[in-house]
Amino acid sequence: MIKFRDKTAKELGIEMLEYINEDGVKQGINPFDHGSAYTDIMKTQALKQALNKYGFTAAFGGGRRDEEKSRAKERIFSFRNENHAWDPKNQRPEMWKLYNTEINKGESMRVFPISNWTEKDIWQYIQRENIPIVPLYFTKERPVVYRDGNIIMVDDERMRLKPGEKPEMKKVRFRTLGCYPLTGGILSEADTLDAIIDETLSSVESERTSRIIDSDGGAASMEKRKREGYF
Amino acid sequence: MSGLLKFITCGSVDDGKSTLIGHILYDSKLLYADQEKALILDSKVGSRGGAIDYSLLLDGLMAEREQGITIDVAYRYFTTDKRSFIVADTPGHEEYTRNMAVGASFAQLAIILVDAKQGVLVQTRRHSRICALMGIHHFVFAVNKMDLVGYSEERFNEIMKDINELSESLGLQDVVIVPVSATEGDNVTVKSENMPWYTGKTLLDHLETVDVTETESEAGFYMLVQRVCRPNHEFRGFQGQIESGRIKVGQTITTLPSNEAATVKSLLNGSTSVEEAVTGQAVTIQLDKEVDVSRGCVLTDQAQLSVAKSFTATLLWMDDSRLTLRKEYLVKLGTKRIPGFIRSIKYKIDVNTGEHISADYIEKNEIALCEIELAEKIVLDEFKKHKTLGEMILIDRVSHMTSACGVLETVDNDGEKPYFQKDDIKVGGYVFEEFYFDLENAMMSQTGFDKKTYHVGDEVPVSGDSFKYPEYFDVLSVEDGAAVLIRDGKVEDIQRIEDYRYMGLPVVDERGMALLVKNKAELEKFFEEAKTVTVENRSELHNKWFRFETYRKVVCTDNFWVI
Repeated sequence: MIKFRDKTAKELGIEMLEYINEDGVKQGINPFDHGSAYTDIMKTQALKQALNKYGFTAAFGGGRRDEEKSRAKERIFSFRNENHAWDPKNQRPEMWKLYNTEINKGESMRVFPISNWTEKDIWQYIQRENIPIVPLYFTKERPVVYRDGNIIMVDDERMRLKPGEKPEMKKVRFRTLGCYPLTGGILSEADTLDAIIDETLSSVESERTSRIIDSDGGAASMEKRKREGYF
Repeated sequence: MSGLLKFITCGSVDDGKSTLIGHILYDSKLLYADQEKALILDSKVGSRGGAIDYSLLLDGLMAEREQGITIDVAYRYFTTDKRSFIVADTPGHEEYTRNMAVGASFAQLAIILVDAKQGVLVQTRRHSRICALMGIHHFVFAVNKMDLVGYSEERFNEIMKDINELSESLGLQDVVIVPVSATEGDNVTVKSENMPWYTGKTLLDHLETVDVTETESEAGFYMLVQRVCRPNHEFRGFQGQIESGRIKVGQTITTLPSNEAATVKSLLNGSTSVEEAVTGQAVTIQLDKEVDVSRGCVLTDQAQLSVAKSFTATLLWMDDSRLTLRKEYLVKLGTKRIPGFIRSIKYKIDVNTGEHISADYIEKNEIALCEIELAEKIVLDEFKKHKTLGEMILIDRVSHMTSACGVLETVDNDGEKPYFQKDDIKVGGYVFEEFYFDLENAMMSQTGFDKKTYHVGDEVPVSGDSFKYPEYFDVLSVEDGAAVLIRDGKVEDIQRIEDYRYMGLPVVDERGMALLVKNKAELEKFFEEAKTVTVENRSELHNKWFRFETYRKVVCTDNFWVI
């Protein structure tokens, strides 16, 4: 994923800013020991620190309303206060195509231009426009273990096996890419875009079912995370 | 029937909006397995004694689930064999009306739920009115909880009568009424065996087949400029989404408000060069010459748009702080953002009866017709003529709250100039202005002229108290870049200045002053000098070339107020 990101930035000639929460690194925060605390410290806090450092007034994201029930409530131009917090009970009305972009210093907007796209739309668009994607989306024989109902890939020495866990080779792909190992894979034969589209259309599981953090902390954990500044 | 349908569900609290949509998703096997599992789990601890509570599918916020109400609009996406849908499930509480309006501004069709026990309530009327205000043309009234009234046809007919009255008073066009039970599923996706007397379609069947393509499309081509694209000094393109009509390379368009004519040199759809583009496409338009266009301007052809600074609009007030007359707000209309204020409230509308009530202020969730004045003239139009140029929001300059949304009802040219107009060509019409000298106050006044717009074929008042023109003459406006041909006391034609041909007839400017030219050569010379003139030094040109006294004079009056 990182390799793909760097390559894309280079190809497009984009000035890419990278920000890592150094405090988190010093404290040795990692996804293996700290689970969803890792998401908070290394993603949410890091994002907020980066937004403050550069003083951005708007941050664009690819979040979609069909992904998750609190995201279904999100505005396209979504206001964040000076602490980057979302107040879902008191959102600005968003009428027609008239977006209210007024903010004070320190406040910001999260902007979700593809709010109304569905997972199927995404894949059809990728296919139509021939957009390169991260290879993890395509199925391949990969070493995995089953853990709490999720299929977790054992891809390097950072992954610590629990007693009794023995990696086995399975054809898996990722429907959504999040923190490793907080994102599970799915068993799949889909190794082409056509096959991914077919699979998406006939899927009986929702896209984010393999995102462990969505439900880590109860049914409303995404809302809590978003209130705290998560994308 | 194919294509996407965007609809909303609305109605009063506890009318069962979320339950209805939840049931459609569940019945249509449109839930993913993990969502269904979560639903069954959540329902076990819910208020329906372990039976599935479909509303939990939509009420996604913690506060909503705790209180069992909908606070903000939720969007759900589903596809059946026949159609794709986006549904905005909206709150029923009056307190959250503004969030309901958000959903309404997005939808093509509204499902308005009516509780069979309660009948048509104030909130039913309010929501129907807001849906109509926001421009929804297709309505389904779902009379819900029929199971609780014993599936009574008589009760249904009573409610139907009220709904029909409501529809008529709001002028709703396409209205369908379906008796349903959202919890039990009657007439939701399957025809109810409990109501054999109902012979119409089920709710889902209607949604899958209703035709929402608009029969009356908007006139002409127009595109709101979002951005001027200047990647290098050789290219300058105007970017935006085509709101209506089509455009081709080679077509002549008009820029507004600057009112310049230009030809389309090239067209880009995304980064692809195209010959033609149509409604809905996001394009870059390159013109053959330099024009005064920036964000907020409009490119148009044959759309007859207005350029004005005052208008009336029906507003839905959405802010906790009430409307303040004469307070400066930011008005967002099209791609323009401009200061403006509310000059007056003509009346507010009783959401229940539709009655017009005079008012000094309006509060949250109230609807009122207001007169609004902007800091400068912008391109706009009536909502019913050109939707995108008739939609607006008001933003509080301090709190940044979206204080109100509204639709333009009439574009007000009071206090504006009179005009001659043909298509996009507009010429100031001060020609028939009267000049008086008020003896009592020893001052000049211009008054008595009507602010009428003259079109081709209209008769004009060639003589008045203080002017007398010939029956045949030309009005030539260098400032507006156009000419008006008056023949036999009527407007024969209104032309762009490039198309104007001097025929030897008397010529006046748009103020009615005679142009001192006797032949074509002199006219050419005048044009040559006029080219270099700016607003700051135009008097020099006027004093040299024009004569006020030829067709005009000043008439003395005792007191200018008596005229």
